[in-house]
Amino acid sequence: MTTNENTEYTGPAVEIKGMNKWYGDFHVLKDINLEVGRGERIVICGPSGSGKSTLIRCINRLEEHQEGDIIVDGIPLLNDLKKIHAIRKEVGMVFQHFNLFPHLTVLENCTLAPIWVKKMPKKEAEAIGMKYLERVKIPEQAQKFPGQLSGGQQQRVAIARSLCMSPRIMLFDEPTSALDPEMISEVLDVMVELAREGRTMLCVTHEMGFAKKVADRVIFMDGGDIVEQNEPNEFFNNPQEERTQLFLSQILGH
Amino acid sequence: MAFTPTPARQAPPTEIGVLGWLHKNLFSSIPNAILTLIAAYISIQGLYWIISWAFINADWVGTSRDDCTSDGACWVFVSVRINQFIYGFYPPVARWRPNLTFALLVGFLIWLAVPQIPYKKLGAILSLTAFPVVAYFLLYGGAFGLPVVPTSRWGGLMLTIVIAVIGIVLAMPIGIALALGRRSDMPAVRLVCTIFIEFWRGVPLITILFMASVMLPLFFSEGVSIDRLVRALIGITLFQSAYMAEVVRGGLQALGKGQYEAADALGLSYWQKMNLVVLPQALKIMIPGIVNTTISLWKDTSLVVIIGLLEVLGQVRQALADPNWLGYPAEGYIFAALTFWVFCFSMSRFSQYLERRLDTGHRN
Repeated sequence: MTTNENTEYTGPAVEIKGMNKWYGDFHVLKDINLEVGRGERIVICGPSGSGKSTLIRCINRLEEHQEGDIIVDGIPLLNDLKKIHAIRKEVGMVFQHFNLFPHLTVLENCTLAPIWVKKMPKKEAEAIGMKYLERVKIPEQAQKFPGQLSGGQQQRVAIARSLCMSPRIMLFDEPTSALDPEMISEVLDVMVELAREGRTMLCVTHEMGFAKKVADRVIFMDGGDIVEQNEPNEFFNNPQEERTQLFLSQILGH
Repeated sequence: MAFTPTPARQAPPTEIGVLGWLHKNLFSSIPNAILTLIAAYISIQGLYWIISWAFINADWVGTSRDDCTSDGACWVFVSVRINQFIYGFYPPVARWRPNLTFALLVGFLIWLAVPQIPYKKLGAILSLTAFPVVAYFLLYGGAFGLPVVPTSRWGGLMLTIVIAVIGIVLAMPIGIALALGRRSDMPAVRLVCTIFIEFWRGVPLITILFMASVMLPLFFSEGVSIDRLVRALIGITLFQSAYMAEVVRGGLQALGKGQYEAADALGLSYWQKMNLVVLPQALKIMIPGIVNTTISLWKDTSLVVIIGLLEVLGQVRQALADPNWLGYPAEGYIFAALTFWVFCFSMSRFSQYLERRLDTGHRN
């Protein structure tokens, strides 16, 4: 199958070299260099406007970068629709506001991409959809519409929808920021399980408990730069940069 | 001890039931009560006058104006002319042809609109391929032993329906294409679509109809004459598609950016994203707008009178000019108005029903 031409690829999951991005005149990302190993779990944090969401949105070309190279799963990200689609098939994304398709049932949300992008027979796609809905613990909601579900349930459906494409890399863009406090843990539990399966994950989040529990590396960004990165124990207990210390004191202080 | 919520009590009587409704809406204060009584008095008086003119004191049967003896409405004028109002000058022996066409049209609409009837896809395909061909030969003739009825003899309600249905059905896909073009990333496509839309939207329909009848022939070589109805249809379709395009664009813009991003992130192609994610949602948002332009086109069909085509209103006006029937404009115009109203109101109700049926509990 053409989609699996990179199955044997064992290099880094994501390589970003000297990447720059501007919104008009505004320099959002400055000379970003980042290598994400296969199976590595990375948590990216930082104040709002630091460019952390933009960074992961560049990886599946929801945002276009102007300078530098991005290589995802061995595929260079160029202005070539075929390459972009090949990358998007390998990269799943979970959004802050879930972005489920409200006109489709929960199960149809999950089977849409397998059926149309992977040309999978409907029965097979539904079996996979149900499998992942069970994984996120809401198989009983399969026939409902997203509008009938709580925020936490919707986000779990969104995770299942991404997993149905069997992505080799998962991007999470503040997956719990739009949730009521009572619902955050049900989503984090699912994400912790995923992390333990060894899938490559890049996760923009402020859930520091999650970072401590599963991350291999925590990256702190501010003003479009990667200020500091380290394994979680060191990062939280012994931050090197003053800016990191200030940020940590602000979010962990109370 | 476990927490038990306080049991709910019943609302006070001024808040619920018929009394509560009356109190809240009609008699909430003394000035409101006075206004309610005055409005009720005026409504009842008006209603009484209308009913006695249109029904109680009206003449219903007869063949000439001499049968109108009472001082109410003279519906004889309408009943004598009813065939002209519906078919124009379509030959009476061939009237079964428009009747059958209309019956088929209604049949297809029911097939597509009632959720319990299966094979929707087949119905949609047939109604867009087989039906237009059948309708053409039924109405115009020229094959299967059906004599030709030139479009100059078409008229009345039948012509209204022909123009409106063709205009709407053709304008829909053109409008969607134009709207997608106007939101395209390609500057040339965007420019062409924008100019097209702004041109047709900026010109009154009357002007377009004039241009269609006067200027369009200039573009064709000597001796080629295009049917007057076809010329009007071309003008109306282009005009309507520009309006439709803006309605569609409104619907596309109302959809959150997140829907596009989610579809992109899953790897859907542009057309898959449009067909599977964007348009199904956008069209639902657009229903009121689409029905609004449809209703407005339905009524605008009466403008074709200026290029010599007589639809319902045109036929009524022509009948009013008959020296034998001078003096009944109210009856004629009321009939025309009611005819338009029945169709437009049905469309309006249908659109509300559709909105309810397609509602999946999502609030944007």
